[in-house]
Amino acid sequence: MTDQAPKMPRRDFLDTAVRKLPAWLLVFKLLNPAELLGDGDSTDVGNPKYDPTQHDYAMGVNVHKCIGCGRCADACKTENNVPRDPIYFRTWVERYITSTDGETQVDSPNGGINGFPPAQKESGILRTFFVPKLCNHCSKPPCVQVCPVGATFQSRDGVVLVDETYCVGCRYCIQACPYGARYLHPIKKIADKCTFCYHRVVKGHVPACVEVCPTQARVFGEAGQQSSPLRRFLRFNDVTVLKSWLNTKPKVYYAGADGEVR
Amino acid sequence: MIDVTRIAAELPNVTGYIYPNEYELHWGILIVVYPYLTGLVAGAFILASLERVFKVKALQPVYRLSLLTAFSFLLVAPLPLLAHLGHPERFSEMFLTPHTESAMAMFGFVYAWYLMVVLLLEIWFDYRRDIVFWANEKRGFVRYVYRFLTFGASDISDAAIRFDDKIGRVITIIGIPSAFLLHGYVGFIFGSVKANPWWSSVLMPIVFLFSAIVSGIAIVLFIYMVSTIFRWKQVNMPCLNKLAELLFYAILVDFSLEALDFIQRLYESEESISILSQMISSRLFISLIISQIILGTLIPLVALAAARFGRIPDEMRRIMYLVAAVLVQVGIFSTRWNVVIGGQLFSKSLRGLTFYKLELFGLEGLLTSGALIVLPFVILFILVKLFSPWDREEVDVKSSKA
Repeated sequence: MTDQAPKMPRRDFLDTAVRKLPAWLLVFKLLNPAELLGDGDSTDVGNPKYDPTQHDYAMGVNVHKCIGCGRCADACKTENNVPRDPIYFRTWVERYITSTDGETQVDSPNGGINGFPPAQKESGILRTFFVPKLCNHCSKPPCVQVCPVGATFQSRDGVVLVDETYCVGCRYCIQACPYGARYLHPIKKIADKCTFCYHRVVKGHVPACVEVCPTQARVFGEAGQQSSPLRRFLRFNDVTVLKSWLNTKPKVYYAGADGEVR
Repeated sequence: MIDVTRIAAELPNVTGYIYPNEYELHWGILIVVYPYLTGLVAGAFILASLERVFKVKALQPVYRLSLLTAFSFLLVAPLPLLAHLGHPERFSEMFLTPHTESAMAMFGFVYAWYLMVVLLLEIWFDYRRDIVFWANEKRGFVRYVYRFLTFGASDISDAAIRFDDKIGRVITIIGIPSAFLLHGYVGFIFGSVKANPWWSSVLMPIVFLFSAIVSGIAIVLFIYMVSTIFRWKQVNMPCLNKLAELLFYAILVDFSLEALDFIQRLYESEESISILSQMISSRLFISLIISQIILGTLIPLVALAAARFGRIPDEMRRIMYLVAAVLVQVGIFSTRWNVVIGGQLFSKSLRGLTFYKLELFGLEGLLTSGALIVLPFVILFILVKLFSPWDREEVDVKSSKA
């Protein structure tokens, strides 16, 4: 035992503090899951061979082909454990009815899962069609921009995801989404949305909604690969995206959706 | 868990078509309370700085009261945000791992800056001399509280007091843009949501600021009058007149800005105009037309103008000021309501309107919100007891009559 505890001279203390600063900054940076996951290297997706940098996912929806059976919305709820209540959907089907007087009416009872009741219109019906809706996986997603903790992020393969263990449930992303594609999970109390069935696509499968569609109204695939079905869809259809004026750059492309769809 | 039969019963309240996920309103009354409280903070502080920086001497009797009011409301301001989170226990992530692009993430930093650097420092420098006095003259436990609060700085020589004053002024000058930042930022949270045509407007932060100034002046006027009555003191009439005058001008500017926003929207008549008009004439009629515009703006404007500039006895004048101040609070609360709730009552498909069902109990209910609005007054009561903001030369009601 000495009389005095060893003292660290002020100069040494400052020196050490300055030297260790970068280390602390690094720790701070590593705590950010958005950056970690965005990196791709350390993502655990259940498929060790999966390389997210080699993919760029997108979806095509052919309105002409959709018959409004609602199988997609149903399959999505089953596949992703979405609550069965009629107010939570990762995907749903809307029916548009334009009458001869030019008025358009839209409905989506239970997301279209139980089909649609016969159309009630006093004047004659000019045209009617079905539009499946889902998260547009925007290239410039407003939901990602506003998230205060970075819990919702864009993966390297172009999918907008939510980190369940990180979301604080502030619901700002739900407000920021122009498409109504997000909801607050009533049990988990976190924002929830379509993932393009990420757990399936990393294993080489297509999303559940695409898998069950009886008319192939939904096309899923690689936006960047020459031979993909999606490329073919984009090549042979006049496509549009929803609310293009908001500059969100959606990656769900619609063929045959008219100006009434928003 | 959501009750499905309840949903089935309530769905007819929805008119037109809304996206299925829009049935639930995500920001309820707690998020109405949050900008309301923050506005009071910014407004009260800006009022205080008028005395300090712009030397409006008539406001001297309410200078310290304004600071303590701002402080009390600031302490409570983040609580409604915290209470409404799905995972309140993860709140610290907003500070520890903020997403720098998010307006909401920056709240923590703006708030901390304002609380620590501006308000606490300003109050401390302003009160330091008194705290040193109280540390010597009071007895019992509070003495140690004061002693601790001197933080060892017990020098009250003229030079030291001059230094306090100088620093105080510098902090106030930094404080004015900070107060603007605090509430302008709250407006930005809403104004920057491009998905929502009711919110998305560059005027939003500015309108928020001016309505904050309105509500801050009105709340200080209200607290000053009521507390003076309960302390059996005479109200300082020149101060009250000045407050009323400032309140009148602030309401005028605020109302003009909101009218400008409204006229611009109407004239531009974008695709959202039809659903927004429907919303105003049905869902928001009471809270916007009646409560915000008529009760909260036009009547106070007339009352203040008549009382301030008309030939009216002081007794009547005070009553009119008080009524105007209370109505302004009703109006500003309605303003926050119309922004927050109004922005969620129409579908982003622009095809339908939903509704908001306010609950009485529960974390997001009416009672919690009421408690959160009362809490700052409780804090203020304690602060006023500890740090008397009153003028030493105040006149007793009884002695003046004798």
